[in-house]
Amino acid sequence: MNSATVTNILVAGIGGQGVMTAAEILSETAMSLGFDVKKTEVAGMAQRGGVVTSHVRFGQKVHSPSIAAGEADVLVAFEPAEALRWVTHLRPEGVAMVNTFRLAPPVVSIGLFDYPDDPVTEMKTSKREVHAFNAGALALELGDRRLVNTIMLGAIADQLPFDAEVLKASVLKRFQHKSQALLELNQKAFEAGRTAAKQN
Amino acid sequence: MNARHPISEQSRLFVSGNEAVSLAARDAKVKVAAAYPGTPSTEILEYIAAYPDIYSEWSINEKVSLEVAIGASLAGSRALCAMKHVGLNVASDALMTQTLIGAIGGLVVVVADDVGLSSSQNEQDSRYWGRFAHIPVLEPADTQEAYDFTRLAFDLSEQYQTPVLVRLTTRICHVKGMLETRFPAAPTAKQGFLKDPARFVMVPGHAKNRIPLMMQRDAVLLSAAEASDLNVVEQGSDELGFIVSGVAYQHVKEAYPEASVLKLGFSHPAPLEKIRAFSQNIKRLILVEEVEPLLEKELKAEGIALEGKSILPNIGELTPVVLKAAIEGHAAEVKTPPTQLIHTTQVFPRPPTMCVACPHLGVYYTLSKVRNTYISGDIGCYTLGAGHPWNALDTCISMGASMGVALGLDKGRQDADSNKKVISVIGDSTFLHMGMQGLLDLTYNKANVTVLLLDNRAVGMTGGQNAPSSGINLQGEKTISVDFPQLVKALGVKEERVHVVDPYELPTLFKTLRDETKVDDVSVIITNQPCVLTERYHAMQPLKVEDSDCNGCGNCLEVGCPAILVSRRETVVKPNGSEKELAFVNIDTAACTGCNLCVGTCGPKAIVPAQTIISGYAADHLGVEIKS
Ligand SMILES: Cc1ncc(C[n+]2csc(CCOP(=O)(O)OP(=O)(O)O)c2C)c(N)n1
Ligand code: SF4
Ligand code: SF4
Ligand code: SF4
Repeated sequence: MNSATVTNILVAGIGGQGVMTAAEILSETAMSLGFDVKKTEVAGMAQRGGVVTSHVRFGQKVHSPSIAAGEADVLVAFEPAEALRWVTHLRPEGVAMVNTFRLAPPVVSIGLFDYPDDPVTEMKTSKREVHAFNAGALALELGDRRLVNTIMLGAIADQLPFDAEVLKASVLKRFQHKSQALLELNQKAFEAGRTAAKQN
Repeated sequence: MNARHPISEQSRLFVSGNEAVSLAARDAKVKVAAAYPGTPSTEILEYIAAYPDIYSEWSINEKVSLEVAIGASLAGSRALCAMKHVGLNVASDALMTQTLIGAIGGLVVVVADDVGLSSSQNEQDSRYWGRFAHIPVLEPADTQEAYDFTRLAFDLSEQYQTPVLVRLTTRICHVKGMLETRFPAAPTAKQGFLKDPARFVMVPGHAKNRIPLMMQRDAVLLSAAEASDLNVVEQGSDELGFIVSGVAYQHVKEAYPEASVLKLGFSHPAPLEKIRAFSQNIKRLILVEEVEPLLEKELKAEGIALEGKSILPNIGELTPVVLKAAIEGHAAEVKTPPTQLIHTTQVFPRPPTMCVACPHLGVYYTLSKVRNTYISGDIGCYTLGAGHPWNALDTCISMGASMGVALGLDKGRQDADSNKKVISVIGDSTFLHMGMQGLLDLTYNKANVTVLLLDNRAVGMTGGQNAPSSGINLQGEKTISVDFPQLVKALGVKEERVHVVDPYELPTLFKTLRDETKVDDVSVIITNQPCVLTERYHAMQPLKVEDSDCNGCGNCLEVGCPAILVSRRETVVKPNGSEKELAFVNIDTAACTGCNLCVGTCGPKAIVPAQTIISGYAADHLGVEIKS
């Protein structure tokens, strides 16, 4: 990736998981570095358990706000079935970062549809670079479910056309005015995500 | 001509199209802004509400919001109203006559088309209103233009004394991009309201005189569009050229960066001479418009040769992929060769569901249990009652339609339907928007309809905004709160036919509904519990399922609460040899708010208070318990 072209990051998950916040942080970071940025959300009725995707595009000049199939450089998926749903958007040299923590919707729960047996393995048959780990479990280990967001951002920090520390700083900026403990926790979560991405 | 205002801030903002419109209203020195919520336009007024110098309100419907803006304009002040596309249908009665009067203070109607139908009942193209009402249409293509064009709309409105339509689409409203704001408008001393009955009182004699003036204005606006730098040529290859407006411009630039483009920002009246001149040097000329072939018909009538909807779809967004496929005649992907595309198995859908503990759940559980009904539905979260597991909604058309449609189902019934009970379901905000008139029609015309008025004290569907049923206004100040029992009685419903019930009390709800549907009269059953997304809702101690007591009957699943999850399924053979599917459940106690609704559906009383919070997801997949 070089800065003359446009970088496409697709963040996917379910309403309430923090997809929009993650995309917002990525956008702010790119903007602070002087890029032109566009971000668009496709959220049916987000608060009610639907699929949420946020498209972040940045570069010298960005035209179309949405990322087409086969064009994402990075796919950040907060849920494995969502990762499988959106893997079609990755370009051949694109990278997928998957939280393997499953969330089954009511239509699966009541038996109308099946949950895919092994979404990550199926994704790997696409020959794209796939990293997958249980960010949900990691968040709980660190002490708070909501850390998933920071962990996933940490996980993609080394896949972006700017330094990982820049992203880390803008994640932590959000907690600057909150408690020192929360700041440190998020710092830990970010690094844990980075490490997990390298190991998986 | 139409010079954009100078940039005022050095720092760039990163905002959505909706926020850009609100900033433009602030900087254009708008005095009055009114709207009724509707996706994708809702946030415009929510942002404006934060500016102390603007009077802003949630109106009860779009027509009233436009009337408020009209009044302010006649008083000499700049006024804005915002709505989603279908809202302009409601407001159109006012618009079609106001155009004869014109505008005094700048009068701008911002209309947001839901191209792609992310959450609407149709995909109509609001640009038609510009033609129908003889008013200019501006079409921004990004955040910066949403700001710039809204500013310019006020200037145009005052200069040509006309209402101006700013047409947004979902991909303008909800896309965040860069914005540099410009210097605020200088305050101008206005004269105030100047009586002018020949202009402001539209009786036939007066209106007749205004029509020729409107036609003259059309001609003046046409020259303004010809001269406007909002309609600009970007010279590129003469092999391929595009005429394009709105966000489709971005898609064209993305897909065909080398092509020539005539970008129409001031798209109606269409600058025909500019278009003709542009078309002359282009070998292949394509007109890209979302949604209908509106401009296409006008240009073809002028003898301008181009391709449009013969190759492009007249539904949905015209994204780069769609453009490439249409123009190159195959389903080409933008950069990835088709051979390298990925194909995976279909993943299950995630349709939107009602919230955990939503007060509508009990109503739909009950409706799904009452037989021989026709349920005339309306627009709100309760429209989801058409889906699983309730399947208890038979029609849904437009805001408030449940009443009139119910009356028609009643009066138009065939013999085959003689024993059917007609039920209408409508929410508080929709009832106040357009349902009251329908109810009066029911009582006046002696209908046999039972109305369920689901008063959750908010506009749930669009994000829980306040309404006259909330007792709180847009600014969060206390105000009146509609007394629904009194209101429906005033609309002719008999005292004994009005019932207020708690939607979490299933036996009462069921009995009231059964009794009222037996009476040949108009009955109204009003529910009285708040939307769980609002501050009025108070969560209680969560519940759990005692695994050893659960017999797998699956009754509680019919409530449709998303906190209730199947933990395992079993097939058992009954003594008579038939097979039965069992579904054992657990409750995601981290999500459950203890509304108690499901308890009443459980025979063996397996649903009990939870002492510790167990996340269903965590419990399912990790075996972890989190102490509350
Ligand atoms: C003419 C029109 N204006 C606005 C909308 C957007 N909209 C959809 S449902 C709804 C109101 C829902 O409120 P309510 O009836 O109280 O039901 P709730 O969602 O709270 O259950 C609105 C404003 C619309 N569909 N049509
Ligand atoms: S937003 Fe309110 S009314 Fe709508 S589903 Fe959720 S709780 Fe129910
Ligand atoms: S008590 Fe039952 S219906 Fe109510 S929120 Fe909890 S699980 Fe859902
Ligand atoms: S209703 Fe009771 S017994 Fe039946 S599945 Fe639900 S919890 Fe189990």
